Amino acid sequence: MHSPIIWHSFFFLLFSILACAFAVAVVVTTNIVRMAFFLVVSLGSTAGLFFLAGADMVGAMQLMIYVGGTLVLLIFGVMLTAQQPFVSMHTPSGEWILAAIVGGSLLAVLLQVAWSVDAWTQGPPLPEAAYTREGTQGNASEALAHDPRFAPSQTATQLGFGLLGERVDQLSVKDPESRAGMSGYLLPFEIVSVHLLVVLVGAAYLARARYRASE
Amino acid sequence: MNLLTQPVGVSHYLVVGAVLFVCGVVCMATKRNALGVLMGIELVLNGANLNFIAFGSHVLNRAGARTLGLDGQLIALFVIVLAAAEAAIALAITLNYYNNQATVDVDHADELRG
Amino acid sequence: MAEYLQTFLPYWAAYLLAALVHAALLIALSLGSGIAFVWAERKVAGRIQDRLGPTRVGGKFGWLQTIADGIKLLTKEDLCPKDADPLLFRVAAYVSFGASYSAFIALPFANGWVAQRMNVAVFFILAVMGIEVFGVILAGYGSGSKWSLFGAMREAAQVVSYEVPLGMCVIVPVMIAGTMDLTTIANMQGGWFWNWFLFHDIFTFLIFWVYFTCATASVNRAPFDLAEAESELVAGFHTEYSGFRWLFFFVAEYGSMFVVSGLAALLFFGGWNGPIPVTAFWPDHPALNYLANFLGMANFVFKAILGVLFMMWVRWTLPRLRIDQVITTCLKYCTPLAAVFFLGATLWTFAFPGGVTGMRGKPLGAAREQYEQPIESETPAVQFDSSPSDQPGEDRVAATSSVRLRPAR
Repeated sequence: MHSPIIWHSFFFLLFSILACAFAVAVVVTTNIVRMAFFLVVSLGSTAGLFFLAGADMVGAMQLMIYVGGTLVLLIFGVMLTAQQPFVSMHTPSGEWILAAIVGGSLLAVLLQVAWSVDAWTQGPPLPEAAYTREGTQGNASEALAHDPRFAPSQTATQLGFGLLGERVDQLSVKDPESRAGMSGYLLPFEIVSVHLLVVLVGAAYLARARYRASE
Repeated sequence: MNLLTQPVGVSHYLVVGAVLFVCGVVCMATKRNALGVLMGIELVLNGANLNFIAFGSHVLNRAGARTLGLDGQLIALFVIVLAAAEAAIALAITLNYYNNQATVDVDHADELRG
Repeated sequence: MAEYLQTFLPYWAAYLLAALVHAALLIALSLGSGIAFVWAERKVAGRIQDRLGPTRVGGKFGWLQTIADGIKLLTKEDLCPKDADPLLFRVAAYVSFGASYSAFIALPFANGWVAQRMNVAVFFILAVMGIEVFGVILAGYGSGSKWSLFGAMREAAQVVSYEVPLGMCVIVPVMIAGTMDLTTIANMQGGWFWNWFLFHDIFTFLIFWVYFTCATASVNRAPFDLAEAESELVAGFHTEYSGFRWLFFFVAEYGSMFVVSGLAALLFFGGWNGPIPVTAFWPDHPALNYLANFLGMANFVFKAILGVLFMMWVRWTLPRLRIDQVITTCLKYCTPLAAVFFLGATLWTFAFPGGVTGMRGKPLGAAREQYEQPIESETPAVQFDSSPSDQPGEDRVAATSSVRLRPAR
C-alpha cells in the first residue's frame, strides 16, 4: 500500500520538536533573559499545535494573551530586576540531580500513561483515496479537503455560544439527564471577568505600595 | 514506524504535554530566580492545556469516539485567562519583594520562618 | 498548483515546491513593498520639506535609490557589540521580521486569494502583530546599551497599552459582520461604496479614526515612534545594529504598516470591493472572473498603499509626542472613545440593523445570508427544545451548520 507523507503529521513533528526542545532549553539555561526568549518560542510552538488540533480560537488566544501579553509582562519584570547578580543564578548540583530524578520518574509515568490506551495511539485514518497511487495524483485533494485535518476548523462561534450558556455543539443529546452536565459556561465566564478586574486592582495596588515603601 | 506517514493521535499530543509539564516542574524546582519559577509555572499550565485540547479535538480522535468536545477548548481558554491573571499578580509580588529585599532569590525569602 | 507539479515530481517534492513558491511570493511581497515604501517615504518626506528627495540613482526620480541602499547595507560589516548578549542580539531581528511576515498568512488579497483562510483571521493578525514587540524588546536588552534598553522599555509599555483600544476598534466591524473571517467581512461589503462598513453608521465612521491612530502607534510610526526617538535615544532599540540585521527591522516595520493598512482596508473600506462595482456587471466566465479577482487585488493593494502614504504624511507633519503623552493618548482618549463608539455601534445595530443607508434596500441580514449556508434552525435555543427526532446525528449537523459561515459558491 502506498503511504504518502501526511503534512499534518509533518507540521505536528516540527512544532512538537520546537516546543519540547525550547522547553528543555528553558530548564537548562541559567540566563534569565534567554530563558524568557526560549519560553516565548516554546509557547508559540504550542499555539501551532493548538491550530493543528483544530482549536484555532484557542491557538489565537494563546498567541494574543500568553505570548503577546503575559510574556511581555514577564520580560518587563525581568528587565526591571535584571541586575548583574540575578541575571544568571546557579543551582547547586545536588538540587539538579534530585530534580532530574523526580522529573525523570514523572516523565516515565506520564509516557507510560500516554501510550496505554489503544484508541489514542493512532489518529483517524486518511480517506481511502489518499492511499492509492492514483489518489495522490488526482482526486486525493478532493478527498483530503473534507478531512478534518485539512479543512479549516470553525470553533469560534461555538465557543462564543458556550461562554454565553448555549451549547450548540451538544444539541444532539436529547436526554435531559445527560445534558445537565454539559450546560454552558456563563457563570464561570462572569466569575473570571470579575476575577480579572480584582487582579487588575490588586496589581495596581501592589505597584502603588511599592512606591510608598521606597520613599 | 515512520511518524511522517502515520496520522497523529491523542497519544502524540500527550507525550508533548508530558515533556512540557516535566520541564516546568523541574524548572520550578531548580530555579532560584522568582521569575524563573514563574516561567516554570507557565510551562506546566501549557502542558496541561495541550492535554485538554487533545482530549477535546475532533481531529485527533476517531469519528464517533467519546471526546471532551468543546469543553476541552473552553477549559483551555479559562486556563489561559487565569494564567494571565496569575502572572500579573506574581509579577507585582516579585517586584515588591525585590524592592523590599533587593533580591529576587527565592531562597532568601525566609523571614516568616519561626 | 501542487496537483500540476505532481505530474512530473514525487508527491512530497511537489507539495514542498508549491509551498515554497507560495512562501516566496509572500516574502517577495513584503520585501518588495518594503523597498517601494522606503523610496516613497523619502520622496514624500522630501516634498513635504520642500526638497526633491533622491534624484540621482536610476533616473530622474531616483527609482533605484533603495536598491543601491540595500546593496550598501548587504556589504556592511555585521557588528556585535562587546557587551551584547550575542544570541539575543542576533536573533532579535529575525523575531521581528518573522512576526511581521506571519501576519501576511491570514491577510486576504482578493476573494479566495489568501495563504491560509482562517475563521479567526482578524484575531490572528492582531495576535501575531503583538509578537513583533518581542523582537524590539530582545534587541533593546541584547544590545547591552542603555539607549537601546530605554527604547525597548518604552516600546513594550506602548504596544501593550495600545493593544486594548486597537482590539476594541477592530471588534466593531467584526460585530457588524458577525464573523472574524476577513474574506467574509470583505465580501459582505460588496457593491457600491455606501456598503462599506465605514459608512455603516456614524460610529463606525468615527471609530475608524481611532483605529488608525492606534494602528499607527502599534507599528511605532511617528508621532508615536518613541522607541527610536533619535533626538533623545540616538536610534532607540536599533542603535547598535548595522547592515543586514538593521534592514530586517526596517522591512518588518514597513511590512507591519502594510498589514495594519490592509486590515483597515478590509474592515472599513470594503477590501477588494471598489467604490463602483464595475466587475459585478461582467458576464460569468472563468477568465473574466479571474480578471475581476485580479482587479480586486489591485484595488485592495491600492487602498493599503493609500493608508501607508497617509501614515507617511502624518509622520512628516506632526511632531513627536513625549512618552507620557503617548500613554495619555492611549488610556485617557483612545480607550474611552473606542468604548463609547463600540457601545454606540452596538445600540445602532440593534436599532437600525441595516445601517445608515440600509445597504440600499438590501438589509445587512440579507447581505450576510448571501455568504452563509442556508440556515436550517433559526436559533439554537429553539432547536434545543424542539421535539426529538429519530436521527440525532442529522440534528447535530443542522445545528452546526447554522453557526458556520461559508460563502455561497
